[in-house]
Amino acid sequence: MKHKHLRPPLVVRALARPATLLLSAAMFSISLAQDWQLPKETQKFKPGPGAELATSNCLLCHSADYVSTQPPLTRTAWKATVDKMRVKYGAPISTNKLDELIDYLAATYGIRADARGR
Amino acid sequence: MHQEWWKGDCTRRDFLRLAAIAALTSAEWKTAAAETITLPFENGERPLVRYPQKRPLIQLTARPPQLETPFSIFGENVLTPNDAFFVRYHLTLSPPSPGLLKPEVFRVAVKGLVDRPLRFSVAELKQQFEPVEIIAVNQCSGNGRGFSNPRVPGGQLGNGAMGNARWKGARLRDVLMKAGVAANAKQVTFNGLDQPLVPKTPDFIKALDIDHSLSDEVLLAYEMNGEDLPWLNGYPLRLIVPGYYGTYWVKHLHEITVVDKVFDGFWMSAAYRIPDNPCACVNPGSTPSKTIPIGRYNVRSFITTVAERQKLKGGVQTPIKGIAVDGGYGITEVLFSQDDGRTWRAADLGKELGKYSFREWSIPFAPAKLEMYALKCKATNRIGQSQPTEPLWNPAGYMRNAIETVRVEVS
Repeated sequence: MKHKHLRPPLVVRALARPATLLLSAAMFSISLAQDWQLPKETQKFKPGPGAELATSNCLLCHSADYVSTQPPLTRTAWKATVDKMRVKYGAPISTNKLDELIDYLAATYGIRADARGR
Repeated sequence: MHQEWWKGDCTRRDFLRLAAIAALTSAEWKTAAAETITLPFENGERPLVRYPQKRPLIQLTARPPQLETPFSIFGENVLTPNDAFFVRYHLTLSPPSPGLLKPEVFRVAVKGLVDRPLRFSVAELKQQFEPVEIIAVNQCSGNGRGFSNPRVPGGQLGNGAMGNARWKGARLRDVLMKAGVAANAKQVTFNGLDQPLVPKTPDFIKALDIDHSLSDEVLLAYEMNGEDLPWLNGYPLRLIVPGYYGTYWVKHLHEITVVDKVFDGFWMSAAYRIPDNPCACVNPGSTPSKTIPIGRYNVRSFITTVAERQKLKGGVQTPIKGIAVDGGYGITEVLFSQDDGRTWRAADLGKELGKYSFREWSIPFAPAKLEMYALKCKATNRIGQSQPTEPLWNPAGYMRNAIETVRVEVS
């Protein structure tokens, strides 16, 4: 109660003025927006036959780490993943390149024996 | 034909982002000498990357961004700091451009089977509805997916796709009541401003039953730990569904639609589904015959103050601390074992911060012998649910909750 008659700190008084409040709110949102930049996407697909298919098809919607962080998957699992991208997510992958793309993924990010055994 | 992908609501910023990606595919790739962290499963090396409003976090993917919290952070504070909180997006155009989220632009619409369709700015939500606070864990359905055995495709996460925060916002119920819900309402759907690039990609829309939506627990949150939500955690508004997996916590929430049937969008009817049985599990490698949408958290507990392979001094008392969480019944017991689960003793539970919060626990640990100790913890909730010794398996790698082990070396 002792503090009741004390004046509020300068910053509180400034904020209590509508014009100041409006101005600081506007400046705040602008400074936030300017700061909001995502880091650059740096990863690319590992080289190999068909890598350009992965680059042109997969990178349209997502970065290469969606592929590279997967555990080694069988060719069957990579085929299922590519099918899911086409059928469920509508990825525009041309059907005559499908096998080549799946071969690349299985050979590069797959269980090697499975890729060979096909 | 390629032109078609550009139709729709692409902003200039989105265009620039895509142009940058196109340039990336042909130009030289600079490999940043980033610091890395290796999660304890095959192919678990990840860069630590700094995003806006975030400290360096474990980057699972760059576009759309998925970031995981380094696990040691859970041992520092029962509330996960905003700048360390995990990030998970689904759609290419995520997060939405800041221009769409500015206070003067952003609005959330309440529509569908309501008497009065309404639109609110965040300021109006703050003014017109009682602010409510709740401490609640947000956990990704696939938290710990990388530990699945056999491994499954999907985001290969360690256990850091979870976080605990104090959320503040308006009750969804209060907002729905103001709009007036029709008698034949069955579900409510939630859509955020994150968007697919390819028009055929299903938009990320989630649904809750009308009873759940009208309970007093679901919030439209504009604050997280006393601050505006971070951009990557849903600024300026996200749905808070305490006790339910993060998939329902729609970010940048801008459409709330009351519907008269069970919503059949892709992200409810095909994705985020679990085997329809009490364990949400099937024999490893098999396919469930029937599935249902994922729901509440199962019981989990973690040791947070010592890490795998950490070296401790013999003869010194080292309190072991950790956290536990469940789907909202409340944690009632945490057991601790220092001998790989042969014997157990009860840990002291910390303060209860609400039934949806992490519950802290601690226990004295004074190892006498110089050897490896396999430390384990196991929590039980108010209705007797606990954690399995062996991991349960399902094809999507959801809901891992096996008893975790941390091996420490005493020397």
